[in-house]
Amino acid sequence: MATHQYLGGQPDEALDRVDGRQKVTGAAKYSVDDILPGLTYAVLVESTIAKGHIKKIDTKKAQSAPGVLAIIYHGNAPAIPGYETGGNPAKPPTGGEPFRVFQNTQIYFAGQPIAIVIADTYERAIYAATLVETEYNKDDQRTDIEGNKDKAVVPKGPRYADYIRGEADAYKNSVIKIEAEYIIPVEVHNPMELHATTAFWDGEDKVTVFDKTQGVKSTQRSIMDAFKLKEQNVQVNTDFVGGGFGSGLRTWPHVIAAVLAAKKINKPVKLVLTRPQMFTMVGYRPYSWQKISLGATRDGVLTGLTHEAISETSTYEEFTDRTVDISKVMYACPNVNTRYKIVALDKSTPTWMRGPGEATGAYALECAIDELSYAVNLDPLELRIRNHADVDPVRNLPWSSKYLKECYQKGAEAIGWNKRNPKPNSMQEGEWQLGYGMGAGNFNANRGRATVKATLLADGSLVLQSAVSDSGPGTATTMTSIASNVFGLSPGKITFELGDSSLPPGPTQGGSTTTSTLGSAVHDVCVALQQKMAELVTIQGSLLQGAKPENLHFEKGYITLKTDASKKVAYADVVKQTGSSQLEVTKDSQAGDERNKYSIYSFAVHFVQVQVHRLTGVVRIKKVVTVADAGKIINEKTAASQLMGGVVSGIGMALMEDAVMDHRFGRYVNNNLADYHVPVSADVPDIKALFIDKPDPFINPIGSKGLGEIANVGFAAAVANAVYHATGKRIRTLPITPDKLLR
Amino acid sequence: MINFDYVRVSTIKAAVDAIVKDNNSLWLAGGTNLVDLMKKGVMTPQKLVDINNLPLKEIKKEGNKLIIGALALNSTVADNELVRKEQPLLALAVQAGASAQLRNMATVGGNMMQRTRCPYFYNTDMPCNKREPGTGCGALKGFNRMHAIFTDTEKCIAVHPSDMSVGLVALDATVLLSGPRGDRRIPFQNFHRLPGNLPQKDNTLERGELIVAVEIPENKLNKHVHYLKVRDRTSYAFALVSAAVAVDLEGSTIKDIRLALGGVAHKPWRLTEVENFLKGKAATEVNYKQAAALAIRGAKGFGLNNFKLKLAPNTLVEALKTATGKS
Repeated sequence: MATHQYLGGQPDEALDRVDGRQKVTGAAKYSVDDILPGLTYAVLVESTIAKGHIKKIDTKKAQSAPGVLAIIYHGNAPAIPGYETGGNPAKPPTGGEPFRVFQNTQIYFAGQPIAIVIADTYERAIYAATLVETEYNKDDQRTDIEGNKDKAVVPKGPRYADYIRGEADAYKNSVIKIEAEYIIPVEVHNPMELHATTAFWDGEDKVTVFDKTQGVKSTQRSIMDAFKLKEQNVQVNTDFVGGGFGSGLRTWPHVIAAVLAAKKINKPVKLVLTRPQMFTMVGYRPYSWQKISLGATRDGVLTGLTHEAISETSTYEEFTDRTVDISKVMYACPNVNTRYKIVALDKSTPTWMRGPGEATGAYALECAIDELSYAVNLDPLELRIRNHADVDPVRNLPWSSKYLKECYQKGAEAIGWNKRNPKPNSMQEGEWQLGYGMGAGNFNANRGRATVKATLLADGSLVLQSAVSDSGPGTATTMTSIASNVFGLSPGKITFELGDSSLPPGPTQGGSTTTSTLGSAVHDVCVALQQKMAELVTIQGSLLQGAKPENLHFEKGYITLKTDASKKVAYADVVKQTGSSQLEVTKDSQAGDERNKYSIYSFAVHFVQVQVHRLTGVVRIKKVVTVADAGKIINEKTAASQLMGGVVSGIGMALMEDAVMDHRFGRYVNNNLADYHVPVSADVPDIKALFIDKPDPFINPIGSKGLGEIANVGFAAAVANAVYHATGKRIRTLPITPDKLLR
Repeated sequence: MINFDYVRVSTIKAAVDAIVKDNNSLWLAGGTNLVDLMKKGVMTPQKLVDINNLPLKEIKKEGNKLIIGALALNSTVADNELVRKEQPLLALAVQAGASAQLRNMATVGGNMMQRTRCPYFYNTDMPCNKREPGTGCGALKGFNRMHAIFTDTEKCIAVHPSDMSVGLVALDATVLLSGPRGDRRIPFQNFHRLPGNLPQKDNTLERGELIVAVEIPENKLNKHVHYLKVRDRTSYAFALVSAAVAVDLEGSTIKDIRLALGGVAHKPWRLTEVENFLKGKAATEVNYKQAAALAIRGAKGFGLNNFKLKLAPNTLVEALKTATGKS
């Protein structure tokens, strides 16, 4: 369990991170660290072919290598009861069955774990793993989506059926037509911390696991299901997460492998994936081909929008994301239709990666909108305003709140949009061509379910607990801010505990929902605790006896009478009054029916200024302004960090990220951080992260919508559009690298 | 990683003896590349002879020559006052390489000895004539975006990844060696080699020959210099193409000039013919463009690296313009 307490003084506005000191001093323990004494170390052996069967695995040499404790593979793997009964240990995204580790000889993808070697040191385990000899019956693999698009199918389930509003393919009959195809290659989350799992068993039916996960409760559930264990007998801990970006949303086969290995040798086992394994074992943003067709009047009013997408999945599971959904809701267009298909390839299953389908879809849509702006000779900002969706065009419901136009205005001012000469390739600075671009996006602002326990201690301090994990945004800090404001207590007296599956159930951290979901539960539990305190101070013989609860005021650790501030009772005294050492309230909190009345979305716009070198094709991002309508901003510092982080991942997406597979082998050729490029500090310019900061009146009691995803949705398009403005070259395949600009 | 022996030596003689005696041994300096290669199973020495204690770290002036010890750190070279004043092109080239952390570990000799970053060389399950002669070149019909446009064979189209070496080859450096048969000097230009029939051989060192120092003759090429490295991100990325330029200008006439390209061949690519073309000519963009066209005569793309046929001359022109202030 990670205990987070604010250590600073009373802040003016935004709290510093409650875990900042632990993180910068090295006190924070991550799953990848050696957490327990007496560890043994496991290393996964991977398939070197992409399709076929294992003919033979010879472990003799490896087994006799120094320090080796055990080797598990399909030939000797202990039973995993949940696998055998058709259970579903790692809940698949939509269809198919998750890959079951060490259960049979079939090879689905290169880099598939086929054996696990456990030794007394990591070095010995990794050496022994090189001695495992495998023979295969190899089949020809299919890993390239290009050339296999004819095998694309519509995913199962009504959600993926073709969508039609008004007339299909109406763009064909429009005065102005834009048709363009866009490609995003495979992108890999590559958080700095490698995925890691440490497991140890206490007897036959009780296991403790330290895992890098974005959801401690979902990992607990997966392990319970796989090994048929009771909830109280599976303990999952995730104190700190060194980045996830979606890779920690599922319980992957390596987690089950580590738990299995610990069971086999009955000692604590630590498994850390290698960087190349991060490319094949914990998901990726799937390669996507998209086509956007737009029809419009000469005034730039949209008359038809068709969005088609083909994406990839594995042969054993259907992975889908909402690639085409953004085109349904982003603009007011009477005729919209979408087609979404997936191709099964001999690769591992993709997963959600920051901004998932929306970021993928917004890249294509927002580039196409930009292309349309030139076709109708209109400022791209004005074009977007002309087609602004005043209501949700899919459900025909009012937005709960929408300040996208305000975002446009604020961002345009901050970047100096009016300095932009609308003509492409018109703004030179020596050999550098200057360009401005924009891209917008939205993301469904959800609220899930969470339980928080609040304990008021005899010294007047407050402890809050929930089984959420914090993959980086600063969850405990945000929750401390909310509790401080709602409960009326200095943040220094509040502790937030998380990352422990035995705590009251918290949500998985994904889909930009943690603040909305957990923050609402924190709000609700603080209010409930105040109600309980109100009962106590008004009933029993206290100074406030007889006062009506609604006349009480909670601030800075004291309850006072609204009408008479001199009558006050310290929170600590309320606890003492009960005769016990603490006062506890647990509250379960979830959304009501507001979603039936309103469409609830977050919105953002990104403005970028780029320079492109005419001779070398190098793109430099000089300035970024991102403005978000994410409802009430709880903590400006952590929120700005979220936006900046999203922008940095957007810079990667726009300019460098590209997991290259050699399809002759079905294997990645740049599966390391030297060759798979993510932005370095020198690539990241001044980023202005701005907020509208107006509470959403309907989503939840705190007025906050989601932020993590919209920080990336639409960003890559803004860069691509700026590059077009700078050069007159439309690059429709990401990333925009020098070679593409020189063609 | 496979187990290996480790010894430390403190004299050149001991270093040479240790290697000569044991055929499957290698010297270890900064280790920034070798340790990676050992982790990947690409190189599997049974013994490492740590030479970091050898007295080869000095950077000094001897007569009209600048001598840089083989164990001087890349970061030390880039920051050294003598280097910056007399051979600024070298400082710029070193600075463009790797990351600050790597430059703090990597040595001059090690930088020259680093292996290609071709992905097929690094992956022991894929074909590579450099790693395993006779298995074929994975890059030839594969992912060859980073690869050579100048080569004498299709057996290997890898490039040498060093930036420092591009600067050194331009500056007419000499490599000082010490080996079992005594000392030897070779022009830097002859140190690295084209793959030919022996793609496994990166350079012309004999077994047991240790790089002791590099020597750069004095020149008047320290006023107009530029090292332009075009890469996929601003730092910590290998060159798509790089250009080293040092010019001695008299008014606007090019009196003397040194040019080399990186990221285009199995060795740092000196452009002597282009230098001769520009000598005595005016420092103008028109002349630079003609020179650049000359520079890629005989170049050939293999698919994904075709863009280098355009990027290489463009990079040269841009570097020339920057060096001579004609941009």
